[in-house]
Formats: sequence, structure tokens, C-alpha cells
Amino acid sequence: MSGFFDIPSDLQHSYLGLIGLHLREALIPVLVGLLVSLPIAQLCVRFRWLYPPVLGVTTVLYAVPSLAFFVFLIDYTGQSETTVMIPLAVYSLVVLVPAIVDGVRSVPPETLAAATAMGLGAVRRYFQVQLPIAVPAIIAGLRVATVSSISLVSIGMLIGNQGALGNLLNDANIYHRPELAVNAVLTMAALAILADAALVLVRRVLTPWMPRKGAAR
Amino acid sequence: MIRIDSVTKRYPDGTVAVDRLSLEIPDRSITVLVGPSGCGKTTTLRMINRMVEPSEGSILLDGVDIQAQPVNTLRRSMGYVIQNAGLFQHRTIIDNIATVPRLLGWSKERSRARAAELMERVGLDSSLARRYPYQLSGGQQQRVGVARALAADPPVLLMDEPFSAVDPVVRKGLQDELLRIQEELGKTIVFVTHDIDEAIKLGTMVAVMRTGGKLAQFAPPAELLSAPADDFVEDFLGTDRGIRRLSFFPSGALKLESGPVVPVDADAKKLAARGSADVPYLLVTDLDGKPLGWGAPQDLTAGEIAVGQLLPYGRPFVHGKDSLRAALDGAVLSPTGWSVGVDGTGRVVGVVSQAVIAEAIRNAHAEGRTDDEAKAVR
Ligand SMILES: Nc1ncnc2c1ncn2[C@@H]1O[C@H](COP(=O)(O)OP(=O)(O)O)[C@@H](O)[C@H]1O
Ligand SMILES: [Mg+2]
Repeated sequence: MSGFFDIPSDLQHSYLGLIGLHLREALIPVLVGLLVSLPIAQLCVRFRWLYPPVLGVTTVLYAVPSLAFFVFLIDYTGQSETTVMIPLAVYSLVVLVPAIVDGVRSVPPETLAAATAMGLGAVRRYFQVQLPIAVPAIIAGLRVATVSSISLVSIGMLIGNQGALGNLLNDANIYHRPELAVNAVLTMAALAILADAALVLVRRVLTPWMPRKGAAR
Repeated sequence: MIRIDSVTKRYPDGTVAVDRLSLEIPDRSITVLVGPSGCGKTTTLRMINRMVEPSEGSILLDGVDIQAQPVNTLRRSMGYVIQNAGLFQHRTIIDNIATVPRLLGWSKERSRARAAELMERVGLDSSLARRYPYQLSGGQQQRVGVARALAADPPVLLMDEPFSAVDPVVRKGLQDELLRIQEELGKTIVFVTHDIDEAIKLGTMVAVMRTGGKLAQFAPPAELLSAPADDFVEDFLGTDRGIRRLSFFPSGALKLESGPVVPVDADAKKLAARGSADVPYLLVTDLDGKPLGWGAPQDLTAGEIAVGQLLPYGRPFVHGKDSLRAALDGAVLSPTGWSVGVDGTGRVVGVVSQAVIAEAIRNAHAEGRTDDEAKAVR
């Protein structure tokens, strides 16, 4: 399979360069999505009535095709990475907001009551009790958001080669080099698996307090 | 002293959880709030640390309205223990216990040192310090909950059904431990339970509440058993309150007989001397003075006492420490109708018959009655 790693020059990146770009375009939106979701989720926990409409809005946004976002955004952010990343960040909300809300709500009421009774104010309660206990649920949400973001970056190819590894799919078509498409798909799959494994590892490190299967008492 | 002054709590949905409740909770003793589920115990307790705000009335702590200080300052001066402990699952045992000291701005080392001290006080092995709550049994978690509440040495301890979720054996251990700790520390404890036996065992004063958040009776446990205020309290106390009341009569006044007690190696002369006509049974002890069982004098032959053939002696009571209830229990358990009194080490002090115990009970009642009459006159 000669030329498997010969990246057409129009992409202006080496194979590794494409991988770096791909990760950047996939992960920054998830990070931004997380930062936006945290306060939104907290509001939803605090004001229960807010949760259903917020869920509705994130679902509707998720249903907007990325092309429509591009058409709208291109006037502001041009044919740039930012234009690709904004819809990805928006899409991540549909997973992250409910994950965080469920996580925060999973804190047992007696734990919260104990925290209140010990004189932890609302802010301390959030950062010292609710957020740490929500970590497993948040990371579960991040895993889904990250994997889907890694695959969604490809559509950036629609706005002038902003799709990182996804651009290879386009080039495979243009240059009749199907091996480039195979390369793109396999590499993205590998990135998804590695990113997922990394998140599992992060969860392990952050939650030594979770019961493990087979762990001795 | 905590003074609850005609406090009413009406929840937004209209439920009246507590209705014009007035209570004076004495310092350095355990006051128990007891009553059926939903009668407003938790609401009352939570009004003391302002997790619930009263709709009417006020609560004074040492004469000062609890509204006068910042709410979190008030809460940090009151330990709070709940059912299922409510531990922070993401923190180690030692860090759970150190929570309030840390909030009060103590250094990490000082807080942990204090936490370690408390682990010992509540009977937790120091090897558990770095464990997480899921690695502990329910009883151990509850001990951590108590240690956490005591960490900053608050004068007041609020406990909401703290031992309800553990099995009876563990519960008894925790209750005994609480009484022991209380003897050492002398906190002002408000203890909520729906279990009247727990209330009677732990309470210096017991407030019986009825559905609708009304106070039915506020009295020391012995008085509750001897003079329930009304049918509700009487029902709530259960059927054998007479027997249970015996727990408050000490056994020290019982006159024990040492005559019918013989060691297993007693010689014929001794057996003959002890087995006089008015003693139906002799209690045989081992060489250490611990009870082995009862035998009729004519069945005991010197040097050949068959320990396996002896009649059971029930359950000995510790003379002077246990109550008349324990003494009576021992007598009822043995087919001989006699109870065995022992000292703290389990050696026999003497034996006593049902008839003598019954007389002691009558005497105790007579004294109790004069007490009650004296109160009525006053
Ligand atoms: N937050 C609340 N809103 C409305 N009603 C409540 C609330 N908390 C408790 N209640 C009601 O108040 C009454 C007393 O409750 P509670 O104090 O928890 O009783 P207990 O602790 O004795 O079981 C019950 O009828 C309960 O349903
Ligand atoms: Mg309750």
C-alpha cells in the first residue's frame, strides 16, 4: 500500500500534523462545551423548571445540520477552524448538560444535608461536595462527547479543507486514492479509542473513592 | 440551654409539621425526641440549626435568639449526625472527620491530628483513616458520622435517627458507645428516634411527640413509664412498660444469700451444712467462683458432682450495677426461680429468690409512689 501516508500537498500538513490539528479541532469544542455546561447544569439543578426547556434547546441545536451552522457562521468567522469548532461545541451540550445534571443530582440527599448542617455554604457545597461526586457522570458524558466530536470534525472539509483528517476523505475522492479514505477512517478510530482510554484513566485517578469490582474491603 | 418557645412550622404546602412546641432542653444531657414517623421530629431538630426556619415562635441558645449569629457560624457550633451517616463518599475517613475543623480555618495537620484523636474516641481503628466510606461497614460509617460531628468540639450535638439503619446488635454497641462518650464529654445532645426503647435507654429527658407536631409528654424516662400522660403515650410505650420500668430500679438493695452457694470441690460436710431444709437448691460454682448450675442438695454427692446434670442458672446479673429487671430476668430464666448475682468479673456474690425480688420491686414502687405524691403536692 504505497502512499498510505503520502498526504497530498494541498492539505499543507504532514500526517502527524493532521492528527494534531484533528485533535485540536475535536477537543477544544468539548472543553468549551464542558465550561459552558457546568453553569447551565447548575442552574438546571437549582431551578428544576429550567431543565426541560434547556434540554429541548440543546436537542434542537443538535438537530441543526452543521452545514447550516457553517453558512451562518462563515460571515463572521470565515473558512476557519473556529467555524468548525463552534457547532461542535454546541453539539456537545446535548450530552454534557444532562450528564452533569444527573451527576449532581446523584449526590445523596443525606450527604447534602450533612454538608449544609456542617456549615458549608452553597459555593463550598458545589465545589467540595456536588462537583467531585458528579465526576464519574461528567466523565461518562465527556467520553461520548469526545468520541462523537472526533468523528464530526471531518465535516470541516466542507468549508475548504478545515476537516483535518476528514480532508483525506475528500482528497481520496479527488485524487482517486481510496487508501487515503481508509487511512482517515482508521486514524480517527484509533484517536477515538485512545481519547476514550485517556478519559477512563483520568476518571480512575480522580475517583479513588469509587467501589471497584473485585476490590477487597 | 436550648429553649424552644412555642414554635410552629408550616411548610409551603400547608402541612403543619410542628405545632406550638415548647421545650427546654437542659445542658450537658441527652434529650430525646420520640414519636411516630411524620410527627415532626426531624423538622424540630432542623429548626435548631436553622436548616428549617420556624413559621412562628423562637429558639434561644443560652438565652440568645439563634437568628442573632450568621447561620453557618451557628451550624459549625452544632454537630449533626444522621441516618446512613451522610458521609462524603469522595473523601477519606480522616478527611471526612476533619471537615469542620478545616472550615474553621485550622491547619491541615492540626485538623488531621484532631480527627485521628476522634477516631480513637469513637472506637475506630487508625488503620481505617485512609479508607473511603464504601470500604466501611454501616456501623463503622455511623461511628465516623459521630466523630465528624464531634470534630470541632461543638457544645451541641443534633442526632437524627443516627442508629436506625444498622442491625440491632450493632445498634446496641453504638448506643452504649454514645453513653460512654457522653459521660466523658458532657455535650448537650438532642437525639431523634422513633424507637421508644432507644429513647428510654438514652434519654435523660424524653419528649414524646404525636402526629401533627404536638408535644404529648416531656419527662424523664422512669416517669414516662410510671405515669404516661395519656392514652397515646401509654400506647406508644407498648405493653410491657411495667417490666421495662424495672430497669430504673437498682439491684443494689437486693439482699443476696451466699449460703446456698458451694464450690464444685465441696466436701460432704460442707454440702450437708449448706443443704439445710429451707434451701431447695444449691448453686455450684467452679473453683474460680463462677456459676456452673443448680442442684438439689440430695442429688449432690461430694467429689462426684456431675456438672452436665445441673439445672441452668439463667443469666446472672451484676449486683449493684444491673437493674431489678436483670435480676428478675435471671430468676425467670432459671427453672429454680432463683437469680444469680455476680460481681464485675463474673464471680458469684450470692443468690436471690423470685419472692425476694418481688418484695424489692414492691418496695421500689412504694418509694416511687411517695415521690409522685410529693410532686403532686408541690
Ligand atoms: N419540605 C417539606 N415540605 C412539606 N412537608 C414536609 C416537608 N418536610 C416534612 N414535611 C411533612 O411534615 C411532617 C413532619 O415531617 P418530619 O419532621 O420529617 O417528621 P419525622 O421526622 O417525625 O418523621 C410530615 O407530615 C412530612 O410529610
Ligand atoms: Mg425524621
